[in-house]
Amino acid sequence: MEHPRSEPLLPEPRGPLSLAVENHLRGDGPLPAARDVAAAPVYGDDLQLALYLCYELHYRGFAGVSPDLEWDPGLLGTRAALEGRFLTALRADARRHESVGDALAGILVEPVDGTGVSHFLRDKGELWQLREYAALRSLYHLKEADPHAWVLPRLRGRAKAAMAAVEFDEYGGGRADRVHAHLFAELMTDLGLDTTYGRYLDAARAEVLVTVNLMSLFGLHRSLRGALVGHFATVEITSSPGSRRLAEAMRRTGAGPAAEHFYDEHVEADAVHEQVVRHDVIGGLLEDEPHLEGDIAFGVDATVFTEDLLGDRLLADWRAGRSCLRAPLSQEFTHTS
Amino acid sequence: MPNSPSDAPRRVTVRRKGPLLLEGPVEVELEDGTVVSSDRFRVALCTCRRSRRYPWCDTSHRGRA
Repeated sequence: MEHPRSEPLLPEPRGPLSLAVENHLRGDGPLPAARDVAAAPVYGDDLQLALYLCYELHYRGFAGVSPDLEWDPGLLGTRAALEGRFLTALRADARRHESVGDALAGILVEPVDGTGVSHFLRDKGELWQLREYAALRSLYHLKEADPHAWVLPRLRGRAKAAMAAVEFDEYGGGRADRVHAHLFAELMTDLGLDTTYGRYLDAARAEVLVTVNLMSLFGLHRSLRGALVGHFATVEITSSPGSRRLAEAMRRTGAGPAAEHFYDEHVEADAVHEQVVRHDVIGGLLEDEPHLEGDIAFGVDATVFTEDLLGDRLLADWRAGRSCLRAPLSQEFTHTS
Repeated sequence: MPNSPSDAPRRVTVRRKGPLLLEGPVEVELEDGTVVSSDRFRVALCTCRRSRRYPWCDTSHRGRA
């Protein structure tokens, strides 16, 4: 009996680093040279794709790539070198706060005249821009909550119980048709997008890869468990008001019921998650391991920084009337509702 | 999901600012007699009355700058 292929195809390489990693994944060719790792722009396409390829082996892998390469010592060495550059840059470039309270204060206030991506899409987003946004966000949303699940064995007591409860909600509370990644796939269908995992990796610019690599970096390292919790808190705190604006954008453009539902669900779910994550996950972790406060704050600050990087890029493209994708979406989609 | 015995008291968490947190599932009867329900493990009930998804919290209590 033949099983359908479930792994995504390898993407197009974007430079010497990602090319060398792909050759290695296909079974031949040396890993990237240290000088190439040192020379590549840290938030650029090549370095970020090379890192993304390394990380993806821990999620769904790639077609034609041995699953055993997940723990290939050479590849792990390359990953560590790429992560070293990424982490050093984040620590230097993110606007840093010393305490969790200070780091969270900025995102717990709603700007009266917000100028972010969700404000833009609510006020003047067109259907083609919503489609582009969904295609890009699918890199995360089709594995929504997965990078954060890695932190569970590294937490204890109150923090662990609360984190598991929120993740349970993200995974649909035991019901496959309510798994958030599944709800996102239904949104993509409303928008005429292909729901195949990894389908839009080639279309995603470096800034998108940066946001997803950040969660994988934090999720895969026990030493960064504080930062992972900070990341999760930032996502949950900013999601509720942002989702309301995106739900309005979907309604205004007539994107479809599943497209509206995905964001409506997040308005309500994440208003709860925010409370649980701030008080029980962060509160519990700080009680258990108070020395992690700086790491949690760093996780918040790095998330804000990388989301701003992406937001600036999307808005610059869209305000200029340009696509924000590397490869345009199929134009065949005609909206019928 | 909550596996606490059904005869255990339900916990309600009150905070100075923000929603009331209840252990779900819950039914809420509104002033006009309508009953709405939520089967989340935890439910955030709006107390500021600004929510556009009343009675559920939608973070509208947040300060604005």
